[in-house]
Amino acid sequence: MTAITESRAAARSRSGTPAPRHPRGRWRSWGPGLAMVAPSMVLIAVFVYWLLYKNAATSMTDKHNFNPNADVHFVGLDNYVSLFGESYYQHTLWNLLVLTVVFLGGTMFFGLLWALLLEKGVKGEGIFRSVYLFPMAVSFVAAGVVWKWLLSNRTGDQAIGLNQLFQHLGLGFLQNSWWSSTAAFNMAAMAIPAIWQLSGYVMALFLAGFRGIPTDQREAARMDGASEFQVYRHVLFPQLSPIALSALIIIGHMSMKMFDLIYSIAGANSYAAAVPATYMWTQLFSKSDPANAAANATILLLIVAVVVVPYLIYTNHVEKSQGS
Amino acid sequence: MTATASEFTAPVPVPAPAQRPTKVRKQLTGRTVTARTVRFALLLAFVILILIPLYVMVVTSFKTAGDIRPTTAWSLPEHWSLSGWAKAWDQLSGPLLRTVVMAVVAATVSSMLGSLNGFVFAKWRFPGANIVFTLFLFGMFIPYQAVIIPLQEIMLKANDLGLPKGIGTLIVVHVIYGIPICTLIFRNYYATTVPNEILEAGKVDGAGMWRTYRSIVLPISIPGFVVTLIWQFTSAWNDFLFALFLTNANNGPVTFVLNSLASGQNPDYASNMAGALLASLPTLAVYIILGKYFIGGLMSGSVK
Repeated sequence: MTAITESRAAARSRSGTPAPRHPRGRWRSWGPGLAMVAPSMVLIAVFVYWLLYKNAATSMTDKHNFNPNADVHFVGLDNYVSLFGESYYQHTLWNLLVLTVVFLGGTMFFGLLWALLLEKGVKGEGIFRSVYLFPMAVSFVAAGVVWKWLLSNRTGDQAIGLNQLFQHLGLGFLQNSWWSSTAAFNMAAMAIPAIWQLSGYVMALFLAGFRGIPTDQREAARMDGASEFQVYRHVLFPQLSPIALSALIIIGHMSMKMFDLIYSIAGANSYAAAVPATYMWTQLFSKSDPANAAANATILLLIVAVVVVPYLIYTNHVEKSQGS
Repeated sequence: MTATASEFTAPVPVPAPAQRPTKVRKQLTGRTVTARTVRFALLLAFVILILIPLYVMVVTSFKTAGDIRPTTAWSLPEHWSLSGWAKAWDQLSGPLLRTVVMAVVAATVSSMLGSLNGFVFAKWRFPGANIVFTLFLFGMFIPYQAVIIPLQEIMLKANDLGLPKGIGTLIVVHVIYGIPICTLIFRNYYATTVPNEILEAGKVDGAGMWRTYRSIVLPISIPGFVVTLIWQFTSAWNDFLFALFLTNANNGPVTFVLNSLASGQNPDYASNMAGALLASLPTLAVYIILGKYFIGGLMSGSVK
């Protein structure tokens, strides 16, 4: 292999032509690159795109059981229509909306706040950063074990978790049943552990953003008589908007896929805490209904795609215009 | 992270901690002292808030079953006991070992693939490379729910054809779905750290692509590998969804077994909390020992 490359190389360096222009030469210049990526391309094509297609195809059939011998027919969008008509599914969409809004709001708030507190450099900054970030290294499942306890709905004498802590602190009136309540916004409670896990990540993004802005910009603004507030408002924040966008996309798409945390805190088939991702599990294994589960998953994919695809195209454009 | 988690990241030389804003010597007016104190107090308050779940886990894990009563839920153990830990270790040592194998192999293979791909997408493009790259990236954002039903079928067939069940299956899955993020990380890494001039020089010397990769690019890839290895190790380790669909309690990873233990009717809190800590120790250790790189990998990404 090496020998071949070398001899060809030697030949080329003698003739002194870097890259021949005729088609075969062009193939020779980019062919190896394509060959190197080809295995991954095949894997991604099969395991991402073909499986997405297979799933979408299942969602348009009447495969409402696991019987491998049953006849399966194409039913178009029937499963989607019936899914949107289900009050259970509508409930999961509502829960997802509440979860996502609170999760996004919480992580952005704490992430930005911590970055602001840290960005000028404080004593022990490394320790603060590590503590804020550490929940991210813990799996949702392990975190779920402790948050299930913390967010227990027991109150009064039997209270454990945060409710018990409130009692200790004389804040008994704060006791509530958290995610398991029937209130419309109960999923806001499920966002708490998620915020605990990922605010540090958003902080890290913003902190890197602050540090990436040359200090002389601040100096210049101060020279011009800008107050500290104005420096942030008009000099720093505008430059952080691409980071804020990335953070929103990352956290947002995680929220839409959120499964592990809910599964481990609320259990597999909780109605109160159901979101489309967990309901899909229920459809598949409690109701043995692959077609409807596939329809649910396809809708989830579309929801994520609506958010992510424009973002991918946008970053692609930005990169091109920056000539990277 | 939550691996799947947290994703759209890639290493660019980290601007972060080293380069502190140069401090302007100001006179310490009363106001700045107050501001500094308030800031420090806030930072400390948040530290306490964040450590609450950790406190609960540690304290509860050392309690005896009789010691776990609602009224003393937040107190330190009356008698420090290791029985929770012993029980958790009994149930989780097998899965832990399996998960180590799984996460190490999966992380290594997807990092190597990511390095090859990243090099091509950054420095040896072919026509349409940008489109292919974007298609790769989308693979990182998809909800795995949308592939898991057919994936389960395929993997069952693969098992019939000889692919080992359990960990073996999960390794394949993690390698494949780790390709997008590893490719992204390496592409961004090579784009910023490998100067085109070196490659041009290599070309003039007649080095082909493979030799350029092996002798010029690979030797300077270590920082990239550290980031992808940590990243993929953590995400394979923390994965639950694939484990749930593709394995069972006898051959599954630690997240799966931990969850089945913790979801019983009468939870044994001491051993559950000890188990959750055990299951988190490897990723926490990686994070503490290699934290600098971990944060470096996180921090870059969007700051291009």
